[in-house]
Amino acid sequence: MLNRRKFLTSTAAAGAAGFAALHFTSAFAQDAPQIQIFVPAAPGGGWDQTARTIDQVLRSEKLISGSQITNVGGAGGTVGLPQFVNQWNGKGNSLMVAGMVMVGAIIANKSANNLTEVTPIARLTGEFEALVVPAASPFKTAADFVAALKADPTKVPVAGGSAGGSDHILFGLIAKTAGVPATNLSYVPFAGGGEALSALLGNQVAAGISGYGEFAEQVKAGALRLLAISADKRQDGIDAPTLKEAGIDVELFNWRGVFAPPGVSDADKAAMVTLIETMAKSEAWATECKNRNWTQILLTGDDYARFLTEDTARITAILKDLGLA
Amino acid sequence: METLNQLAHGFSVAFTPVNLMWCLLGTTLGTAIGVLPGLGPALTIALLLPITYQVAPEASFILFAGIYYGAMYGGSTTSILLNTPGESATIVTALEGNRMARSGRGGAALATSAIGSFVAGTIGTLGVAFLAPIVVKFALAFGPAEYFSLMVLAFITVSAVLGSSSVRGLTSLFAGFVIGMIGVDLQTGQPRFTFGMGELLDGVDVIIVAVGLFAVGETLYMASRRYAGKDEIVPLKGSLYMTAAEWGRSWKAWLRGAAIGFPIGAMPAGGAEIPTFLSYAIEKKLSKHKEEFGTVGAIEGVAGPEAANNASAAGVLVPMLTLGLPTSATAAIMLSAFQSYGINPGPLLLTTQANLVWGLIASLFIANVILVILNLPLIGLWVRLLKIPAPQLYAGILVFATVGTYGISQSPIDLVILYLLGAAGFLMRRFDFPTAPVIIGMILGPLAETQFRRAMTISNGDWSVFYTHKLSLTLLVLAFIGLAGPHIWAFIEHRRRRGPEHVPGDA
Repeated sequence: MLNRRKFLTSTAAAGAAGFAALHFTSAFAQDAPQIQIFVPAAPGGGWDQTARTIDQVLRSEKLISGSQITNVGGAGGTVGLPQFVNQWNGKGNSLMVAGMVMVGAIIANKSANNLTEVTPIARLTGEFEALVVPAASPFKTAADFVAALKADPTKVPVAGGSAGGSDHILFGLIAKTAGVPATNLSYVPFAGGGEALSALLGNQVAAGISGYGEFAEQVKAGALRLLAISADKRQDGIDAPTLKEAGIDVELFNWRGVFAPPGVSDADKAAMVTLIETMAKSEAWATECKNRNWTQILLTGDDYARFLTEDTARITAILKDLGLA
Repeated sequence: METLNQLAHGFSVAFTPVNLMWCLLGTTLGTAIGVLPGLGPALTIALLLPITYQVAPEASFILFAGIYYGAMYGGSTTSILLNTPGESATIVTALEGNRMARSGRGGAALATSAIGSFVAGTIGTLGVAFLAPIVVKFALAFGPAEYFSLMVLAFITVSAVLGSSSVRGLTSLFAGFVIGMIGVDLQTGQPRFTFGMGELLDGVDVIIVAVGLFAVGETLYMASRRYAGKDEIVPLKGSLYMTAAEWGRSWKAWLRGAAIGFPIGAMPAGGAEIPTFLSYAIEKKLSKHKEEFGTVGAIEGVAGPEAANNASAAGVLVPMLTLGLPTSATAAIMLSAFQSYGINPGPLLLTTQANLVWGLIASLFIANVILVILNLPLIGLWVRLLKIPAPQLYAGILVFATVGTYGISQSPIDLVILYLLGAAGFLMRRFDFPTAPVIIGMILGPLAETQFRRAMTISNGDWSVFYTHKLSLTLLVLAFIGLAGPHIWAFIEHRRRRGPEHVPGDA
């Protein structure tokens, strides 16, 4: 059954109640702390699911007594970010879920705030991308695809998510490695995974790039052929080379992680890193990740901050090439 | 035969007391959220996703399906009574439904929408059970070129709702295009008409525009005319439910609506709004009571679109259950619920999870029955809302519209937009510009643009895709017939009638 607090939080988040009179302060907490999770996206998407899974696992592992999730959606997270930076400043028991999509959105939307202002806690999961073609396609390998791209990029329409998103970025990186100018690419953005998939199944486009999970079932059923994946190494149960093995020196994870607000104390930050690390190493978290096709790529604290700087530089460069930054 | 067996098995899954309880809970909740503008089925299901940690997959999908169908029923209630659409698919319902409510036939409008939803929902669900594999093949044949041609056809058809003056109608339509363009352009990632405001990057929600123009605009207009003594609301005239004549006018519209809604709903980029526009336009063309459209309210104009939106809701489940393709926000969230059970929806879903899929389909039939039983007795209660004196009623509508809009994304900017549009709606009403084309332009404009640009990207700038693809050509020819046909016909008629006394060389 749905417990009462969960239901109330849900209603409050939906705004049906119109006001959120639900601040469960630490006075109610027993031993385990209460936390607040900020999701800069609408309910239902990847970040929201990450937040709700974190909440679920932390509670089932008795690491927290409860949490409150706030959704402020819009524009790849750049509507929520300023709010988290300004209004949540210094709140040591809070987390924001974000990921690679936000890095891209900050650059493309020329957002006034960016991720250097918040406190990196941990990179948790990632989804590697997949390069697929319809079953009837003449491309048998990733090399065939790249050869066609080199011959005439305008003749190889590729379907994926919104312009400047992770799919577009990977396409740009592949082309760059192959020496094809990014501005000549024929990229066809689709709003949802469903529409891009149907364009592939209906043979409307030459190839598709998206998170592996979006294509996995179609690949198993033989409707699509998987040419390569963007993971760092071969994956169990997936019969396809990585891009690197296929001779394209590109690796990409659409990662998701958590951040604390700016201005938190070192003690609070350390406590939060420990909390998230404990969760990420639990059995329950592993099961959830497996069910959802999330690859665990845990990286915490300073390592995470370093990774963030590198990834931001890489994404900025490719978005510039694609004419989006 | 095999389908029937599986369906029977599905009913045995759905007919357990616990699952019936979930179905009842879902439909009731769905009706309630459908009534509230802003809180749609996608958001509700998203918020209930954590339930998947606690209950069996069958139970949660039965609950979600109940919410999904229930919202389609509930959305029409506020459209009809308060001119405040709860869902984007019920915007068209407000056009005639609210007119009917004002002239004392609100009960009949609610009844035709409830029964029409039941009929179309059942036809649609039968379609899911028996025709899914065929329909999905047809739907996949639609590429960007075909969608663009479909939009052209839709534009031609909906010119019927432009109103008496085509200049005013077109002005409204173009205003809709502009509103629809606000936000980040999907194709290039560049912001358009956002004036540097982050909140506008995702565009303006169509519900806010509909509620602003219809409900807030109407309220302001009523307030300004309060002492002119016009626009009296008649709470009830004649029977509460439908008369024999109204039944006679409704049933064909239901069937036509279902026939339009189901296949378009099954198309990956079809959606629930376009079939309601098409159905409305067709009913208006075919009706023997054209004078009632836009005046006292024509029942066909409620029956058709309501049937169309429910049939399209069923249509959306076709690609979802046969291919694992989510083609609406609600379907996408239902798919993520599948994943939290470790079930990966895809082409093999029907074979690997037969229990779940057929249980779901069976519960859709049950949800339909429960919904019609739930909604018909409520009509008497709903209609009483109209007996509230106008000042209080309109004040209530304003509160309702404001709370509902805030509920969409808890953004104060949305409220500013709502009231700006309300003021615009008032001025449009005052100077006799139709408001419906704004909504149509806002929905169809960006779709047509996106599909056109996609088609051109894929074809590498070659225009011939629109006429070398057979399906696309067919749609364009239909559009041309729709545009030129009536004129050619009138010309032939004219020539024939005047023929004898107008021989060449006579003058």
